[in-house]
Amino acid sequence: MAKAKITFEDIEQTVNVPAGTRVIEVSEKIGAGIIYGCREGDCGSCMMHVTEGWNNLTEPSVLEEKVLKENMASRHDRLACQAQIIGDCKVKPA
Amino acid sequence: MNAAIDVSRHRDAVEFADGVYWIGALDPTLRTFDIILSTANGTTYNAYLVKGSEGVAVIDTVKENFSDEFFARLESEVDYADIKVIVLNHLEPDHTGALPELMRRAPQAKLYISQRATSMLKALLRPSAGVFEYTTVKTGNSVSLGDRRLRFLHTPFLHWPDTQCTYLEDEAVLFSGDVFGCHYCDKRLFNDLVGDFRFSFDYYYAHIMRPFKKHVMDALKLIEPLKLKQIAPTHGPILRERPRRYVTHYRELSTSSLSGEIGGDDQSMVIFYMSSYGNTARMAEEISAGAGDVEGVRVSLYDLEGGETEPFVDLIEEADALLFGSPTINGDAVKPVWDLLSSLAVVNLKGKLGGAFGSYGWSGEAVKMIEDRMRGLKMHIPREGLRVKLIPTDEELDDCRGFGRFIAETLVGKSPQKAVIDFADLA
Repeated sequence: MAKAKITFEDIEQTVNVPAGTRVIEVSEKIGAGIIYGCREGDCGSCMMHVTEGWNNLTEPSVLEEKVLKENMASRHDRLACQAQIIGDCKVKPA
Repeated sequence: MNAAIDVSRHRDAVEFADGVYWIGALDPTLRTFDIILSTANGTTYNAYLVKGSEGVAVIDTVKENFSDEFFARLESEVDYADIKVIVLNHLEPDHTGALPELMRRAPQAKLYISQRATSMLKALLRPSAGVFEYTTVKTGNSVSLGDRRLRFLHTPFLHWPDTQCTYLEDEAVLFSGDVFGCHYCDKRLFNDLVGDFRFSFDYYYAHIMRPFKKHVMDALKLIEPLKLKQIAPTHGPILRERPRRYVTHYRELSTSSLSGEIGGDDQSMVIFYMSSYGNTARMAEEISAGAGDVEGVRVSLYDLEGGETEPFVDLIEEADALLFGSPTINGDAVKPVWDLLSSLAVVNLKGKLGGAFGSYGWSGEAVKMIEDRMRGLKMHIPREGLRVKLIPTDEELDDCRGFGRFIAETLVGKSPQKAVIDFADLA
């Protein structure tokens, strides 16, 4: 299975994950500072900033784009409960 | 006219600036608001009407079961056909309860809400209420009523994510939503006529706005430059007598007291503990000593047995890292720890570092339970907590110092580089 590395910059921790893993699945387990609310892409609580490897996360859906806009996301912000890891990337809480 | 104001005796609109009316409702018998707030003399649901040369604006409505009073006051002054604009400063049910009926009576009216209110609007209204079209607005946007204009200020999180304020420039009236409001019911309506509502004003801030201090400060940057003749909030008295005092007071309430006491760039760590035989206390002292060795970290150590919840909540609000020590008794952390950890809804904990520790006799569940609670409070737990069976050995006390040092180093960004973990190895 394809692997990818995701680094959580706030806790300086890198994890090897199978490609396709959602960021939330990893960050919760290692105690990164990204926080969660509804977990279904609605509330915007888990907004994170992608510092490297923006293109190594799955494309945001139309609904995620809408929630990001509603939450005044800046460029390269994503929802950790929606984004799946498909290549190496670095993230931190937004 | 002022001394004779008694809005409980009639159901007319009350004009308080040129073409600007209060059309709210009194709820004098309410004793608890939204489960969490005591309301010793009830509250008011304030809604407002602004007349322009080319139409009328309604700003906010009331709780659903007070709709009759709201509509009666509205009808005393305007026809539904003249309503051009409905502004919702936030969508909490106590201000949107009469909205579906208002839209039914004034279907031509356009709804103005903040961008963040869109998802709430759908969730709030029953499907039977129909689909409402709306315009989203932000700071800098305005809507014309012909000879006058309403301007919008984007003030999110005061206290709902979708909160905005609306400003009527020509009369310098700020329709502030719940900001500058309070649960205080007085038929005399205006701050210079009602009874002493200072306690209610501060109490409301402490329970509603306090978790959002940072957002209060951001909002004040938009509000303070405005000319303010009157502030018209959605609860409590209309502030027409020296309204700027309340703006200044909000700034004071949102500024930390004795700021700078924990010096300049220092990070603050507070350690709370309870101990039955002195073992958890011993751990706390060593953790404190370890953390205190790290430059740039100031550590405070408190025995929960000797304190009260409220001042501890104040300490927690200002701290950068929080550690809780509890023995395990009957498979649980002790009650004073839970009492404090369940009293933190009024402060913002997001992103603070947390940690737990404790001595135990048999099973030692408390540490994990405290960590889970802190995670639930959106704190970050950088390292698994420390559990010691009964009396800590010298080696375990070393671990305690190392634990304190690690949290402190993480706090000042000095934690050592960690090895890459494999996802499959994570529990």
